[in-house]
Amino acid sequence: MSNKVSLILFSGNIDKLMAGSIIASGAVANEMEVNIFVTFWALLQLKKNGAPPPTLSPEAGKMAPQIMKVMKEKKIPSWLDTIKQISEIGKVNVYGCSMFADLLEMNKDEFDPIMKDLIGVSQFVDMSKDSSMTLFL
Amino acid sequence: MDEVKPTKVIDARGSFCPGPLMELIKAYKQGKVGDVISVYSTDNGTKKDAPEWIKKSGNELIGIFDRSGYFEIVMRKSK
Repeated sequence: MSNKVSLILFSGNIDKLMAGSIIASGAVANEMEVNIFVTFWALLQLKKNGAPPPTLSPEAGKMAPQIMKVMKEKKIPSWLDTIKQISEIGKVNVYGCSMFADLLEMNKDEFDPIMKDLIGVSQFVDMSKDSSMTLFL
Repeated sequence: MDEVKPTKVIDARGSFCPGPLMELIKAYKQGKVGDVISVYSTDNGTKKDAPEWIKKSGNELIGIFDRSGYFEIVMRKSK
């Protein structure tokens, strides 16, 4: 059984990003290595400056304002804070998608330093091929 | 079991899953064999997850204690 988990973060909605960071935490608790490939709208959330404001997935519907309020009141850590916390405990590697970065002419320095590198899809698929699960969020 | 004095106490009350467990794992990694680590939590998921992690990781679960309005999980780092 492989001791790795791969996550592809695609959505920039914070509920999905949080689901990703929580699954990554579970993997770290199980002493698994986590490779995270951040692309499209999720990649924009990794920008140091000019990240789009937080949104929830459309299924939140009318509950969205309430959920946002509760998360703030209960001081739920952001997905990125969770990723940073667990990367101090276990092996967590965050990679940005070079294709989307190129498309919007963003370079590595514009992203949060938690991002190790911008890599291509084939490099990530190579990492994911010996993972016990690969999730697309 | 109150006679076991913790080496480290983590007050994770108000923090949600997986926060308390991750703080426990961090303290475990930073600690020494024999350390007694206690975590306070109000998160119900932690009440199941943390003892399971303690056992699975080969450490000793000293106990889960109900306190007023929260609970306390105590472990000994055995490896």
